[in-house]
Amino acid sequence: MLKIKNLHASIEDNEILKGINLEVKPGEVHAIMGPNGSGKSTLSSVLAGRDEYEVTEGSVEFLGQDLLDMEAEDRARAGVFLAFQYPVEIPGVSNINFLKTAINEAREKKGLEPMPAKEFLSRVKEKAKLVGLEGKFNNRSVNEGFSGGEKKRNEIFQMAMLEPKLAILDETDSGLDIDALKVVADGVNKLKSPDNATIVITHYQRLLDYIIPDYVHVLSNGKIVKTGGKELALELEERGYDWIKEEAVNA
Amino acid sequence: MASEEELLEEITNSEYKYGFVTNIESDKAPKGLSEDIVRFISAKKNEPEWLLEYRLKSLKIWQGMIEPEWAHLQYPKPDFQDLHYYSAPKPKKKLDSLDEVDPELIDTFNKLGISLEEQKRLTGVAVDVVMDSVSVKTTFKEKLGELGIIFCSFSEAVQEHPELVKKYLGTVVPSADNFYAALNSAVFTDGSFCYIPKGVRCPMELSTYFRINEAKTGQFERTLVIADEDSYVSYLEGCTAPMRDENQLHAAVVELIALDRAEIKYSTIQNWYPGSKEGKGGIYNFVTKRGLCMEDSKISWTQVETGSAVTWKYPGCILKGDRSVGEFYSVAVTSNHQQADTGSKMLHIGKNTKSTIISKGISAGQANNSYRGLVKINKHATNSRNFTQCDSLLMGNKCGAHTFPYIEIDNSSSKVEHEATTSKIGEDQIFYCKQRGMDEETAINLIVNGYCKEVLNQLPMEFAVEAQKLLEISLEGSVG
Repeated sequence: MLKIKNLHASIEDNEILKGINLEVKPGEVHAIMGPNGSGKSTLSSVLAGRDEYEVTEGSVEFLGQDLLDMEAEDRARAGVFLAFQYPVEIPGVSNINFLKTAINEAREKKGLEPMPAKEFLSRVKEKAKLVGLEGKFNNRSVNEGFSGGEKKRNEIFQMAMLEPKLAILDETDSGLDIDALKVVADGVNKLKSPDNATIVITHYQRLLDYIIPDYVHVLSNGKIVKTGGKELALELEERGYDWIKEEAVNA
Repeated sequence: MASEEELLEEITNSEYKYGFVTNIESDKAPKGLSEDIVRFISAKKNEPEWLLEYRLKSLKIWQGMIEPEWAHLQYPKPDFQDLHYYSAPKPKKKLDSLDEVDPELIDTFNKLGISLEEQKRLTGVAVDVVMDSVSVKTTFKEKLGELGIIFCSFSEAVQEHPELVKKYLGTVVPSADNFYAALNSAVFTDGSFCYIPKGVRCPMELSTYFRINEAKTGQFERTLVIADEDSYVSYLEGCTAPMRDENQLHAAVVELIALDRAEIKYSTIQNWYPGSKEGKGGIYNFVTKRGLCMEDSKISWTQVETGSAVTWKYPGCILKGDRSVGEFYSVAVTSNHQQADTGSKMLHIGKNTKSTIISKGISAGQANNSYRGLVKINKHATNSRNFTQCDSLLMGNKCGAHTFPYIEIDNSSSKVEHEATTSKIGEDQIFYCKQRGMDEETAINLIVNGYCKEVLNQLPMEFAVEAQKLLEISLEGSVG
């Protein structure tokens, strides 16, 4: 589904990603862990198509298409979803209106009619349930005045509505208490299917107690320095990141 | 109020007076402004003597005034002696089909969802009589007539209801109020008049669209709306369709009078030709709009302004009666080389009076958008309150937003709040929308509409939908 080859990216001439290689197949859950400043958020931004980053080398293939050649909105329509670390507030725009616009615009580009209101609303109801938001946020402005936990839950709600092929969760666990964490993880798990894949970017192992990854990758200084199974996350939790950095240097 | 005989006398007197205008061609006054021209206009319109006097007095006042320069605007000053102040409403050149109309204009019409018939009406294409809205107008007039509501052109009102015009004209915006008001008072040619009798709630939105001859908008428009005690009216002015006009200078005066316990809602959509993308041409829009509120009355101004090259306007309220309420909701969009200096004036005179100002400015391109507002609370206006919020949204980095609030409070029991924000349309917000699958244009429209929501919510339903579309079109291609 996703093939990242030797990806280099920089911001303002500062190279952050220094040759990432990663392959994600349908049905898989990949966790990317790493210390602060290792390039985790840069990777998610580059995949989602943020303009500030310049890709200097390498390629990314998504479902057979050259992802780097696509605009951010085309990537989204092709099925890439980014759950933001810091969800953005849009005052005056209701959650419902926001989602309706997003869904119908994607449909329009595919030559489909707008989703019938009834179908849309029943989907909203169904998906809001997943993250415990039934009817609560519909008419509130997008993320405005939301608590940290509410914002993250809203991200998962949007993900559920948009049904992406590849979901990238960027530090979705940051700022969440344990109950909210469970709700969010539960939502993500329920959305899992053999056809879609998830990349979980996180600093702590905590989230991975609830979202069980198939692979854990350690990102350090712009490179994936170690890959393992879910037990690698536990080891990192215990030993920190320093031993891996050393390993990487010695290797 | 004048008796019929007095009126008759006035009319005959004025007829006598205009005997001297001999060398003026019948339907167009020569360029320039003088007493003769004012007399000519008044005579052409067959006006009573008192109105001619009013015009002449205004002219004298105007002649003693200098064009104001305090606004944050830069434009070549009009040469007032190089304008025609009167030309008989000449029939528009009839076109045979829409194919003869500027395709760019048709494109905009289509985006606004304006029907073909309406497009023809606006561009002066001959319309089949059956399809015209004459019958709509007739039933409309009948219905209003039953309730005693008067809704007609200003000229008609001068002839049919002179006592009302005489009683209220110039009472809210006196001739000496400002340079453009004085000019308008001397040379106004037509406009709208509306009177709602005591205790009547006007059952429909009064739109200038329904007024006969509406398609020809005057250069110096005069509007007078009177809501008698315990009455209510919602009045819509303007049109989302882009209005082109050969006259560059527009100086309108609008006066609203809300008597005890009356309520007037006045909504405007203004989309005059803003000039070319390079900043050539475009309308100068210098408007004086003001409402007078008596006891327990309420006046609410809502405006969405996207047009004109230069805008200078401060709709306001004189809160004379105790417990009266004044509101101002505004969205002003400037793009390319447009300039706007706009805001509101709230004058608190009565006790326990309340005013709200919500102003949303949007600048794009090289445009300049200024908010200028005055809140004045008099000594006797105890326990009065004002809330002002003026927000500016910038798109791109070549435009400007400025805020000039003036606050004067002369008693200690009143409360004034002023909030102001300036923000750039966020790259983060746009990216967030794009990541959810929206185009940049859609994202911007969504964000801008959200930003303007408080104001758009004040508009009557269909007007709000049109205003949204108008915002979209006005900001097309302004980021990126």
